[in-house]
Amino acid sequence: MINEVLHTLPQVLIDGLTLGAVYAIVALGYTMVYGILELINFAHGEIFMTGAFVGTAILLTFAGFGWLASMPALVALVLVLVVTSVVTGLLGMGIERVAYRPLRNAPKLITLITAIGVSFLLQDIVRFIAELKNGNYILTGPSLFSGQIGIKVSSISSIFNDASVKSSFFIVLIVAVIMMVTLDFFVNKTKWGMAMRAVAQDRETAALMSVNVNKVIALTFFIGSALGGATGVLFAIQYGTIDPYIGFILGLKAFTAAVLGGIGNIRGAMFGGILIGIMEMFAAANLPVISHGVLGAEYKDVFAFAILIIVLIFKPEGLFGKVSVEKV
Amino acid sequence: MVLKKTLSILATTTLAVGILAGCSGGQKNDTANNGGNGGGGGGSNVIKIATQSPLSGGSATLGESIKLGAQLALEEQQANFEKLGFKLELVPYDDQGDPKKGVANAQLIGADKQVFGVVGHLNSGVAIPSSEIYEKYSIPMVSPANTATDVTDRGLKTVNRICARDDFQGPAGAKFAVETLGAKKIFIIQDKTAYGTGLAEAFKKGAEELGAQILGFEGITVGEKDFNGVLNQVLAKKPDLIYFGGLYTEGGLLIKQARDKGINVPIMGGDGLDSSTLVQIAGDAVKNTYMTSAAGLATATDAGKQFAEKYKQKFGKEIESYSAYGYDAMGVLLKGLENAIKANGNKLPTRQQVAEEVRKVQDYQGVVTKVSFDEKGDNKYAKIYIYKFDEAKYPAKLENEVSKQ
Repeated sequence: MINEVLHTLPQVLIDGLTLGAVYAIVALGYTMVYGILELINFAHGEIFMTGAFVGTAILLTFAGFGWLASMPALVALVLVLVVTSVVTGLLGMGIERVAYRPLRNAPKLITLITAIGVSFLLQDIVRFIAELKNGNYILTGPSLFSGQIGIKVSSISSIFNDASVKSSFFIVLIVAVIMMVTLDFFVNKTKWGMAMRAVAQDRETAALMSVNVNKVIALTFFIGSALGGATGVLFAIQYGTIDPYIGFILGLKAFTAAVLGGIGNIRGAMFGGILIGIMEMFAAANLPVISHGVLGAEYKDVFAFAILIIVLIFKPEGLFGKVSVEKV
Repeated sequence: MVLKKTLSILATTTLAVGILAGCSGGQKNDTANNGGNGGGGGGSNVIKIATQSPLSGGSATLGESIKLGAQLALEEQQANFEKLGFKLELVPYDDQGDPKKGVANAQLIGADKQVFGVVGHLNSGVAIPSSEIYEKYSIPMVSPANTATDVTDRGLKTVNRICARDDFQGPAGAKFAVETLGAKKIFIIQDKTAYGTGLAEAFKKGAEELGAQILGFEGITVGEKDFNGVLNQVLAKKPDLIYFGGLYTEGGLLIKQARDKGINVPIMGGDGLDSSTLVQIAGDAVKNTYMTSAAGLATATDAGKQFAEKYKQKFGKEIESYSAYGYDAMGVLLKGLENAIKANGNKLPTRQQVAEEVRKVQDYQGVVTKVSFDEKGDNKYAKIYIYKFDEAKYPAKLENEVSKQ
């Protein structure tokens, strides 16, 4: 039994890391906004989805003009990532300005419902535009980085099977790591990052210390949404096909990852995302083996969420959360 | 304050308009009734036929094709019914692939006295509860696409279908997989819906009876995009055929991700894969994919080719697998309706009479299938077709067809 699990382990880890990296960056968006506003921004999953669509639309336009073939794939990727981040970043700021700022002093529940409303709105707007332009809202973008790389893990130890990797896996992982490291640096080492942490700790006092609270909150939404949108592009490149409903399930799991890591904690969100991704992939591949066929792969979410519950029972503030001391 | 006032004015206006609209609607019905009486008949002379299929959501491509096919058939028959003194109208409903929505629509259809028939649904899970409502109101339903056995096995008088049954599609697929493709070790994946699981189980039973070994029977979740976990199991078990019971959205991704992992064995699925979107999603990976379908290739006959051209001309879209079935289902329904009108001395028949006449239809020649209903409402001429994707192009190549007898 252990042998069977070990055989597939390299491949499971690779697939889990890819999925986990996506969860992790989306989780960052939830955690940043929560840290500052104590608002669960349920529209974040939809911002991720919008990013995927914007990115795919740009790629399709490039392909339509024949530019895609003439430019190196990496350049195209960077270009698409930057444009998409700016678009979704501005979208996030706009949502904050229109839907959340007028309600900032209202009870928390009201903003939560607004967030759910915004998320439905985004889903249907994107669906409408995609259907109008494409006749079908399930969109398949041009494939970049679709090469296969075999990793001979079996040469390390015969117990492992060989794994194979799409080259987009490296792109997803590298871009994700760059984004996470940059964000961590930004929040912990720069002046604006300090302002963000100050607002997270105490909004009124920060305002008294001449921090422009509105600007800081807008910036938080911009960064969170830009990261979410960029992740959408990565997702579209890795999985190829997107529809307006990808944000829902993924957003839910990313939110879970944020809670698992300790909501409000950026490093916690990264760790939680990767953990949930690997856990889910491990369960999908190995549950039937471990349970002797009683539980099928369809129970992977039950497995991942059971672990979440166990963690929260013993550590309610999450793995990395400190009990309401540092929140960003 | 201003806002409140505006709001109250707005509310009052809406209410007033609503009441007026209600009145005018009533009047229209009255005049229609009077006209009918004057013409020597009883009741109104407008006959509405409803379609119910998902026009939004994940299977909207298939759902819309049913509606458009039915629309084409209805519009062609309009002149014919005009001569009999009746005005045909189509009322499309969107069931969203959701049983709750389907039943709610069915209630609306039942309450509308002018509706005399339904073409639908796409999903068996929606058709089964909705048809209970049709039975209550005696509205005949002709299904273009529902393959689940329970659709007709409940013995409802109003429910008919022109496509084949699942308990035939699964075994026909298994027979082809084991005997023609020589598959001995099969891995089955299903999407945990009534359709996917039912089909996968029927296939499993058929394959086991033919002596194939089932290496795994796993489920995935509809709406997810990453199936690498399940595929890692497939990779470890090394089957020589993968069977997928589910729809094209998940199927396309599954095929693509399987090929990305270097799983190059044939992948087989049911009619849920039968859509051009499958090819869009999977791209080149779709090669070496087989599917069984209750839908025949419409363009195989001259009548079918003409139909495809008309469809393209009118709607600007290529036909989908069930377009022609939507067309034929409407054709059968209208045939039954016409017979009922004639049997009733060119007067408006009751819904019961229409339902009886629809069930009695024998040897109706449609563009894609011949239709004769048996006592349960199944089509005696229904066949299972097996298709193969040789290249990333839709529709797929017809490999084989299996008939019931």
